[in-house]
Amino acid sequence: MRAQFSIFLGYFLNSARDLASIIAVITFFQLIVLQQPIPNAGEILGGVLLVMLGLTFFIRGLEMGLFPIGETMAYAFARKGSVFWLLLFAFCLGFGTTVAEPALIAVAQEAASVAAVGGVIAQTDAAMNSYANGLRYTVAISVGFAILVGVLRILKGWPIHYLIVSGYIAVVLMTTIAPEEIIGIAYDSGGVTTSTITVPLVTALGVGLASSIKGRNPMVDGFGLIAFASLTPMIFVMAYGMTF
Amino acid sequence: MEFLVALAYGFVATLKDVLPIAIVIFGFQLLVIRKSIPHLKKVLFGFLYVLIGLVLFLQGLEQALFPLGKLMAAQLTDPAFIYKGLAAIPDVIRWQDYMWVYIFAAAIGFSTTIAEPSLYAVAIKAEEVSGGAISVWGLRIAVAIGVAIGISLGTFRIITGTPLHYYIMAGYVVVIIQTFYAPKLIIALAYDSGGVTTSTVTVPLVAALGLGLASTIPGRSPLLDGFGLIAFASLFPIISVMAYAQLSEWREKGQKQKVTKEHD
Repeated sequence: MRAQFSIFLGYFLNSARDLASIIAVITFFQLIVLQQPIPNAGEILGGVLLVMLGLTFFIRGLEMGLFPIGETMAYAFARKGSVFWLLLFAFCLGFGTTVAEPALIAVAQEAASVAAVGGVIAQTDAAMNSYANGLRYTVAISVGFAILVGVLRILKGWPIHYLIVSGYIAVVLMTTIAPEEIIGIAYDSGGVTTSTITVPLVTALGVGLASSIKGRNPMVDGFGLIAFASLTPMIFVMAYGMTF
Repeated sequence: MEFLVALAYGFVATLKDVLPIAIVIFGFQLLVIRKSIPHLKKVLFGFLYVLIGLVLFLQGLEQALFPLGKLMAAQLTDPAFIYKGLAAIPDVIRWQDYMWVYIFAAAIGFSTTIAEPSLYAVAIKAEEVSGGAISVWGLRIAVAIGVAIGISLGTFRIITGTPLHYYIMAGYVVVIIQTFYAPKLIIALAYDSGGVTTSTVTVPLVAALGLGLASTIPGRSPLLDGFGLIAFASLFPIISVMAYAQLSEWREKGQKQKVTKEHD
């Protein structure tokens, strides 16, 4: 109990240090540049405490739950030796974590209103909803596909930069032919797909796989899954924009 | 009471987020792997902690940082603030007048990235796997510098109204060139750091800044020009992390050469 408490205290102090810079930036700009008082100082202080407490629990939970489970599953799949199930798992993980992501839902709705204003689809709720849903599933499938390809890369030991660079070339080429209003959204969708729970899990899976397969280096081969997950949505969203 | 309702609401929302992940993991564990999970109790507690942590974290952000951050973004981009010393608002926008916006964009980008939980998670793994060669702090600071430069440049783009894809393509060219020269060990991690920077803390504040700028500058549409800041924030960390690795490699080489010279 005592040991648990001191671990938590250590994490708590770390979180305080992590947040100090945000507080410094906000105070400086509010008081010195804008010369305004800070509204509801008490409530803000309470909020900052909550953020610190939240970060503390989150990091502790990562080390107890998300990291170990990602790694055990990687080892178990590597021992089982079935590529099919591993790839299916990779796809489901990517799809499942993305389809419910709130940031993605928000971006999809904004994209639908951009499309409606631009006259690509009808300005009705039904048309906008179906556009937004279509976009959401497109992105979720693209992330599932990305994790699948990323895992396959770890298994085969392909060098990551060939895949990523060809992805970039695809993005650049598609930018030239995609409708202009979709480009900004497509570029942003790469950044919003990777949520706070997905990242640690997927990282642990990649590193675990690379360390359990002979001849793979966890540093060279273990990372890179997130990179795929932020690249493919750009390509898929532009393709989606081009089909309308 | 209101606070508890908000907390409960947040808990349900986060649970919905975690549920598909839990279904995939435990489904595969039970049906495909068919082995019991080691330290099951500890793992379940870990999941619970992650859940509680995220709920408190998001609630705190909603209560403290987001309202203030959004308010500040609106105030800083307000023409009344930007042209404070002038009698009338000029017809032509001069990008030099927005100096505080660039500084704020860089500062907020840097500080929110330092507090980003998913970056922390990747940094812990990177330190563990690299045997300490890449430190948690080194990586976080390298990424934060990249985000700061990226968001600052992104606001410059919105103000000048230059096309987004020129910047992104130029960034890709830099990344591709760096890939050939950077140490092999860092490449995958650098590519990853582009995706992890933009999650819980950074996105809402940065989006508010982009929308504030796009809606106050004449000729910019919030719908078309408000996007793109997140793309900047996920591209520039790739460059800065590779640069960090290149710099440390050069420094090491320099030191080695010095040592051998002294021995001669």
